[in-house]
Amino acid sequence: MVEQVRKLLDKKLKNVQELEKLRKTILDNRDTSRITVSVCGGTGCRASGAEAVVEAFAEEIEKRELQVKIDFKETGCHGFCERGPVVVIGPKKIFYQHVQPEDVQEIINETVLQGKAVKRLLYVDPATGEEITYESDVPFYNKQTRLILGANGEIDPTDIEQYIAAGGYSALSKALFQLNPDKIVNEITSAGLRGRGGGGFPTGRKWQSCRTSRSDVKYVLCNADEGDPGAYQDRSILEGNPHSVIEGMIIGAYAIGASQGFVYVRNEYPLAVEHARIALEQAMDYGFLGENILDSGFSFKITINKGGGAFVCGESSALIASLEGKIGEPKSKYTHMSEKGLWEKPSLLNNVKTWANVPLIINKGADWYSKIGTAGSKGTMIFSLVGKINNSGLVEVPMGITLREMIYDIGGGILGGKKFKAVQTGGPSGGCIPEQFLDTHVDFDELPKLGSMMGSGGMIVMDEDTCMVDVARYFINFLKGESCGKCVPCREGLAKMSDILDRITHGEGKPEDLDTMMDLAEILNAGALCALGRTAANPVISTLKYFKDEYMAHINEKKCPAGVCRELIQYSIDPEKCTGCGLCARACSMNAISGEKKEPHVVNQNMCIKCGVCYDSCKFGAVIKQ
Amino acid sequence: MTKYWIDGEKAIDISEADDVNSVSFTIDDKDVVVSGGQSILEAVQRMSGIANIPALCYHPAVRPYGACRLCTVEASEDGGKNFKFVAACLYPVKEGIIVKTSTEKVKKLRKGIIELLLARCPNTRIIQELAAEYGVEKPRFSVGDQDCILCGLCVRACQEIIGKSAISLVNRGIYKEVAAPFYAYELGEGCIGCGDCAFVCPTGAITMGDNGKPVLPRVKIPYAEIGAMTSREKLPASQG
Repeated sequence: MVEQVRKLLDKKLKNVQELEKLRKTILDNRDTSRITVSVCGGTGCRASGAEAVVEAFAEEIEKRELQVKIDFKETGCHGFCERGPVVVIGPKKIFYQHVQPEDVQEIINETVLQGKAVKRLLYVDPATGEEITYESDVPFYNKQTRLILGANGEIDPTDIEQYIAAGGYSALSKALFQLNPDKIVNEITSAGLRGRGGGGFPTGRKWQSCRTSRSDVKYVLCNADEGDPGAYQDRSILEGNPHSVIEGMIIGAYAIGASQGFVYVRNEYPLAVEHARIALEQAMDYGFLGENILDSGFSFKITINKGGGAFVCGESSALIASLEGKIGEPKSKYTHMSEKGLWEKPSLLNNVKTWANVPLIINKGADWYSKIGTAGSKGTMIFSLVGKINNSGLVEVPMGITLREMIYDIGGGILGGKKFKAVQTGGPSGGCIPEQFLDTHVDFDELPKLGSMMGSGGMIVMDEDTCMVDVARYFINFLKGESCGKCVPCREGLAKMSDILDRITHGEGKPEDLDTMMDLAEILNAGALCALGRTAANPVISTLKYFKDEYMAHINEKKCPAGVCRELIQYSIDPEKCTGCGLCARACSMNAISGEKKEPHVVNQNMCIKCGVCYDSCKFGAVIKQ
Repeated sequence: MTKYWIDGEKAIDISEADDVNSVSFTIDDKDVVVSGGQSILEAVQRMSGIANIPALCYHPAVRPYGACRLCTVEASEDGGKNFKFVAACLYPVKEGIIVKTSTEKVKKLRKGIIELLLARCPNTRIIQELAAEYGVEKPRFSVGDQDCILCGLCVRACQEIIGKSAISLVNRGIYKEVAAPFYAYELGEGCIGCGDCAFVCPTGAITMGDNGKPVLPRVKIPYAEIGAMTSREKLPASQG
């Protein structure tokens, strides 16, 4: 009896035939007449209340006993985080935005039971004013190529069978039984895949040198220590489709001959850690990890290692130091990791996005993959499009798309109809690209020409109200705090650069400061030990190059043209426009505004703390910010 | 060509010798042959008068660390077409590389690093001497009054030579400092009072106290600047 139960509970797939049989069983048992309801459970939508929506759906479905009719699931991030919580009703994929628990009854009554769309929850195209019913018609989605992120909205990340039903682990069985390690490496090389973590190093070459490295032990590592402000694409993949990363890692391990893998993920990503953990357990249960995977004779295990929250640990040598239990400081890379990496053994480290690309390439072939993208950069890239933009969210586009298409067609233009000023790409060490370069094709080779970089795919859009000196100050300050402090140029140089930028934004800048900063930038670029320090000056160099007039205004005229730097602005009231309503005076927490009723008011400059409440509260535009 | 193995003051002719792990490369327009497996800086220090590379965080008795970056030189692996900046203390000697130890670019970089060090430690003799050598007069930056340059020699000496690991570098960025376990400044039983750390310290930031234990330098950062950093000093007495 016990043996029989154990046999029933044992889900381990012993060979490829069993995998294909399981896949077929899942698909055959699937009732296609059921209506799918997928609620986005990504961190973005959770922040706007998706968990309550999920609960409301579950409750309602149970109350009305609709389980037979509805295939309900909480999925990973759909990407359109601006509009969260997002709910998509299949099979036609009716797209609802900003869904609240109280909308659930209506959605079930109207859409699920009668097939009618709930008009007030539909997305309205701001350009045309039209209501859009289906997800594929939403401009934010229909301009994208969602090869990696697409599955996020389809599958429940905590259920391996949904991944298998969607064709999961077929790349692994192909790699194990139809290809050999050399062929796998060749496939990755000829696909032209480049490292998605920032460096853009050809992945195939990395795999090749790890494969040829001689050692008894080799390691496969996944870098999920994503720390750029505003970037969350690695997080979303690990949360929404962890098996794609795991499958990629197993293929990589088979190709180089490793038997142990590590996922280094930030502890600040609890959902990503949780989903990766569940996925690893399930992959173990189903026999995709462990001893003798699918009867191929190949064994491989993956362990999760949680990072302590240092940005610099995303740097490969610091990541390895941290994995080894040492201080998370980078080391020089004169000896390559493919020779001596983790515990001095050859190690293959790739970013989450790179790993997620692997099953795709193995399944569809290098020829197919290399047709997407530009001459030097193949495939798609996932960007987190954030900042002063209408449609912020995760965007997956083919390499070579222009910045203009990204910002205006997918991003829906600048928030509030304001004017575009700059876009910062590649995380905190990226450069700010001004309007004249908006038609640049985004790839690994074009962005560095403008003094920026691809990085891990951060993209922060700034409008005319952004002060570029303040932006440079913000990023340098971030990097100063995240510098490990090991080498002098980075530790001391960034601190001094931050001092100077602080002074300039406080109106105490001197003309010679700009030369000093350029000198510091050179020291950082040439002298720093790791890539964090070497690229850290990019925000300063690029803003000095494209927005020097703003620096000059701060230094010479003691003015902040964008009206951001508090010390350099002054609020006053235009007596012509002021009606004396007193709204600003009541709003002012410092009682700095005085005046008789129905008479023009005045701001007492000595008491004003420049919080801007008066500016925001005035209905007549009488408060002037200069 | 006659190959010479330079060891200290001696030059041994190895033109006829077999099975010698030797590496020949060019340094400041001089062709040299040295034993493989060492760094440029190690090789240079063993050959008298060939080049003068400054270094503060390097000591032959412990593993190189690459923190001060003063030993940065230019090196080319492709016969002189492309040069890149490398830290001589870590970069291994390789067959056929071309190394330049005092180009204008290198001098400018070192001058910049010394200016930053002088701004951190204006009262330290070894840095004042380097500043005089490289023509740094007054730093253009805000000046501090630290003694420790965080070269990590004390930590490495304690770990690698003494085998005690009684001190470590803690915290990061400008808050980095040398401390005993659990962020203590007073050394406990882990320290045997050998004084190795004080001996190896290039700036004299570590001294030996009356109790026979070293006195560690404090990073003198104004309390307000510490901000959100978790520092032992910041915690209320009951927790700290």
